[in-house]
Amino acid sequence: MAKVTVDGIEVEVPNGASVLQACEAAGKEIPRFCYHERLSVAGNCRMCLVEVEKAPKPVASCAFPVADGMKVFTDTPVVRNARRGVMEFLLINHPLDCPICDQGGECDLQDQAYAYGHDSSRYGEAKRAVKDKDIGPLVKTVMTRCIQCTRCVRFAAEVAGTPELGGTNRGENMEIGTYVEKALTSELSGNLIDICPVGALTSRPYAFVSRPWELKKTDSIDVLDAVGANIRVDSRGPEVLRIIPRVNEAVNEEWMADRGRFSFDGLKRRRLDRPWVRKDGKMVAATWPEAFAAIAHRLAGLPAERIGAVAGALADAESVLALKDLMAAYGSTNLDCRDDGATIDASRPDYWRFNSTIAGIEDADALIIIGSDVRREAPVLNARIRKRWTAGKFPVAYVGPRGLDLTYPATHLGDGPAAMGAFAETLKAAQKPMIILGRGALQRPDGAVVLAAAWKLAADVGALTPDWHGFNLLHLFGGQVGALELGFLPGQGGKDLAAMLDGGVDALWLLNADGFGPARIPTGTFVVYQGHHGDAMAARADVILPGAAYTEKDATWVNTEGRAQRGRLAIHPPGEAKEDWRIIRAFSEGVGKTLPYNDTAAIRARLAEASPVFARIGEVARDGCADVAGPAATGAPTDAPFVLPIPVYHQADVISRASDTMAKCAEVYGPPPALAAE
Amino acid sequence: MALSDKDRIFRNLYGFEPWNLQAARMRGCWDGTASILAKGRDAIIEEVKASGLRGRGGAGFPTGMKWSFMPKQSDGRPSYLVVNADESEPGTCKDRDIIRHDPHTLVEGCLIAGFAMGAHAGYIYIRGEYYNESVVLEAAIAEAYEAGLLGRNAAGSGWDFDLYVHRGAGAYICGEETALIESLEGKKGMPRLKPPFPAAVGLYGCPTTVNNVETIAVVPEILRRGGAWFASFGRPKNSGTKIFCIQGHVNNPCNVEAEMSIPMRELIERYAGGVRGGWDNLLCVIPGGSSTPLLPKHICDDVLMDFDALREHRSGLGTAGVIVMDKSTDVIKAIARLSAFYKHESCGQCTPCREGMGWVKRMMDRMVTGEAEIEEIDVLENVTRRIEGHTICALADGGVWPVQGLIRHFRPLMEERITAYKARNTRLAAE
Amino acid sequence: MSAEHAEPASFAFDAESEAKIATILKRYPEGKQASAVIPLLYVVQKQMGRQTGSAWVPRVAMDVVADRLGMAPIRVYEVATFYFMFNTKPIGRFHLQVCGTTPCWLRGSDEVLRACKDAGHLKGYGDTSADGLFTLTEMECMGACVNAPMIAVDDDYYEDLDYESTVKLIEALKRGERPTPGSVTGRRSSEAAGGATALTGSETE
Repeated sequence: MAKVTVDGIEVEVPNGASVLQACEAAGKEIPRFCYHERLSVAGNCRMCLVEVEKAPKPVASCAFPVADGMKVFTDTPVVRNARRGVMEFLLINHPLDCPICDQGGECDLQDQAYAYGHDSSRYGEAKRAVKDKDIGPLVKTVMTRCIQCTRCVRFAAEVAGTPELGGTNRGENMEIGTYVEKALTSELSGNLIDICPVGALTSRPYAFVSRPWELKKTDSIDVLDAVGANIRVDSRGPEVLRIIPRVNEAVNEEWMADRGRFSFDGLKRRRLDRPWVRKDGKMVAATWPEAFAAIAHRLAGLPAERIGAVAGALADAESVLALKDLMAAYGSTNLDCRDDGATIDASRPDYWRFNSTIAGIEDADALIIIGSDVRREAPVLNARIRKRWTAGKFPVAYVGPRGLDLTYPATHLGDGPAAMGAFAETLKAAQKPMIILGRGALQRPDGAVVLAAAWKLAADVGALTPDWHGFNLLHLFGGQVGALELGFLPGQGGKDLAAMLDGGVDALWLLNADGFGPARIPTGTFVVYQGHHGDAMAARADVILPGAAYTEKDATWVNTEGRAQRGRLAIHPPGEAKEDWRIIRAFSEGVGKTLPYNDTAAIRARLAEASPVFARIGEVARDGCADVAGPAATGAPTDAPFVLPIPVYHQADVISRASDTMAKCAEVYGPPPALAAE
Repeated sequence: MALSDKDRIFRNLYGFEPWNLQAARMRGCWDGTASILAKGRDAIIEEVKASGLRGRGGAGFPTGMKWSFMPKQSDGRPSYLVVNADESEPGTCKDRDIIRHDPHTLVEGCLIAGFAMGAHAGYIYIRGEYYNESVVLEAAIAEAYEAGLLGRNAAGSGWDFDLYVHRGAGAYICGEETALIESLEGKKGMPRLKPPFPAAVGLYGCPTTVNNVETIAVVPEILRRGGAWFASFGRPKNSGTKIFCIQGHVNNPCNVEAEMSIPMRELIERYAGGVRGGWDNLLCVIPGGSSTPLLPKHICDDVLMDFDALREHRSGLGTAGVIVMDKSTDVIKAIARLSAFYKHESCGQCTPCREGMGWVKRMMDRMVTGEAEIEEIDVLENVTRRIEGHTICALADGGVWPVQGLIRHFRPLMEERITAYKARNTRLAAE
Repeated sequence: MSAEHAEPASFAFDAESEAKIATILKRYPEGKQASAVIPLLYVVQKQMGRQTGSAWVPRVAMDVVADRLGMAPIRVYEVATFYFMFNTKPIGRFHLQVCGTTPCWLRGSDEVLRACKDAGHLKGYGDTSADGLFTLTEMECMGACVNAPMIAVDDDYYEDLDYESTVKLIEALKRGERPTPGSVTGRRSSEAAGGATALTGSETE
């Protein structure tokens, strides 16, 4: 530790800390543009200059290391003059277009100009104009506003691992861009908007939409992948206008993926905003009582074993629990939440969780990825892997389609299960080896064997110890793990998805279950579809119960680690659509099987009883492996190559499939190179 | 005060003789190199310290001390010697002559310096425009390898030393040592933040010392003739011989190796045939390359050409490029052209330099025509102060000093220009 | 990047370039091939000059360099546009580079520029003559200040110029001659114009 005195305040900071960090520890705010704590230090904006005793010139506090006994001054005439100078230089070529700039109101330059700017300009020469760049459908550029801080260049190269941005030319002609006009290929590109301190990089879909102070800000959770990024949903009236990440060091740091950020226009399209009932083969608009009556009528005539329920990718925990309880009331044990057919062994939580945890990736020292394109299945988690790789000494290999670009070097071992063992020696040599098994790798007939084999590999290489759990299943969507935690699975004598679709039931209640082709449902099966989008499955339904999307309800979601987090209602569901668990609760009352909870507190208490993960919201138990015994499955997997579960990153769920923005992206980017090559 | 030829280190500065190894040996190069190395690292560094040699690239940092910053014991990383041959400071063309006419002084110096700092490899970063010079240098290095003077057991010293030439490609900023290292690593030449300094983290993250060509090339002679010999020239702390580039409005521009601390007037008159039209026709002199503020005639009359004397007059020895301007010179334009140079050469990294140099240049352009307000001279001066000292490297400082020097010494002329412009335009408007 | 010129569809190093590259890559330690980016861009520019008569670096060639050195293409674009000696647009057969910095300006670089324009049929800096023979560029100080004013024709310096000698030089180039580089006045390199004032062989001068 080093003792540093900042403006007379003594603080202790770790050796190697920067002067800026010492200033912050002393409660002194240091203005900055280029400095970003998650990026390498550039030291180029010169806004953070402070005086250090005995230094001949003011120093850039972001880059200057502390020394024991150092005296720092942040508010001297020299410092103020330096900052005023930098501010003046930044502004001379910056356009005066704040009134039409989308960054207005949340612009670092604007904010700091209040502190360090002049009320008039001494600059009488012509201002510089820079041509805008087309870097894709998501990020809008107004390059004349760029202050060349290079945060975006560093983010693209360091965090995203897609070094496509750079500063070309030099001096005052330096331009940030791609040089060759092209859309950025990162799934994390929206973060560029957040890190740009000015209005040079802004959100294209949000362009000229709103001012920050007009927005209602609701903290919530992203569910369009299984990372569970913490987000803020910004809305005005009935509309979500943008989604931005919140900081959660354990989950998403401060990043989020593009699909989660930009799909929200899909919340307005193809919505199920009222109940529908099929009459004489045709869907007819109905009232809630009519819809409930139609279901009650059909179920009433059926024995319990002929009724089934399936929960899908975007089902929240509360509604999954309610549906499970409803089915129990009917006496049915025909439940399944693996609507994508993944052969998850639910006998033990660590068979389905990402046990190492996301933050734990940084502790691992070798990694094999099996049947997963982590970059496109969980971009933010992939960034964590990249962060670990950047720190050095981290061998990575993968089994899957050749040519996968994960943004860090990874050895391709083969494209099918037979190649899984090829990295064993490296994993064995590691202290904390990690196995990431993609959920997509289990969506195959021999999925159970693949799962068992992957677990066995983990056990064999020493990834399963009392201190370290190196087996990880990577899920794809925010609703998948919660349902597993709640045991939404075939009970005693119950039928699984395949059995149900194989004529095993006469009535099927689908809760956000869009993971399989509707054609697999036998003709004659009575289908209740509860969900929010009129996607393919809704078209197959006999009764449609309009539910709420994740932005429209207070709901609990569990990410791939098994971390339960609360999403919150930002806007109300459209039309007559309702919060999903309340729909089920209302139905239960109508059929005389009233569920024993009628408010959020009560159902959440029931959630906490059902599984401990719901009793520790936001937290995750990071345990070692207590029992190396693996999932029960015998035999060797076939050598069929792994198929990636999400062919088009930007269109993977009912919301993103309804989004115009995502449609544009899908058009621009097409399938990932590894798939395109096939 | 005149230096005699026998005390000149660069005896083939003008290329009157061949540059090749055979001729160089006749001039004394590579004489007893192995026995110099046999004295050991510390003894060599002590001798260089005793010579009082200060870096010849502009900053004048004591060379022996710089070498002593290199780690004595390797932590597993190799050490590197990098020679700065990116001679780009306007008014400077001395290293070019060393390279093309006396390259073996440099090559031998590299071996000795490399040994003294524990480096087994050296890179000579030569500016891209010096293409023909780089051809000579590469040939000289090839000769040295051929003769066993480089490579394994270089010159029979027991020390392995490899030497490579790396060409730049047109960027003044690469003369800044950390920008040079970046460039050598294959990046844009943008100066690095310091600390860490190159002696700790330099080329490829390894301990590195960057020295100017002339600094390295004088080392063999210093070690052969002794630090005391070198220190006998010039004033204390300003010792040695030095190549001056005398140019501009002199009768006979030339490069010349002369004694440090020689009076400027004597330098110009003895070696360059004097100021065009006589000493009284002198307007001012930029004494040490473009970054050093100009000195008006009355200072030039008796100023000495060394680090300390020029510093006392708020200028500097810099690279010893002596740019002479006679009374016919539009000195505002002469300085404005330098402002254009610095704007062109700013790497664009730091805000004050990237944005400020263009501003200064544009204001200076208007100062040339007089299309300005008198108060704008203060704005100009203030802007240069806001640039100075606020950037990662010294390019910005060097870029604004000439303007500050102009304002300091020629403000009345600038005001006159503005007044004249106003008068002319008022008259035109009235007509 | 200007869109006004035609980019070649592809670029591949020829045998001469490959030989050069092999020697270049040996200079840098293993894993540090990126150091060779400037040398390889020179190789590209030279080859383009050899093959097309216009020494420049097309974008496709930057990609080839990036691929060869294992660099992200944008890092090569950055380098190619940062350093002034790489021509990212086609240029004429001869690149007339006039030093216009103060030391040359003091000694008449304006006259040299005028001569280039007149004899080369060039409108000004940045222009390429209609016959494709000359491209005129203003250079910053090229480090031959005691022999000012000077120009560089491609890699060769011509020094101590004035209007007439510049015209003569350009006319020679037009005739396909390549005059010996250096001072055009007969002065030996950087010795004092009119005769050396040092290294004259006398002990005291």
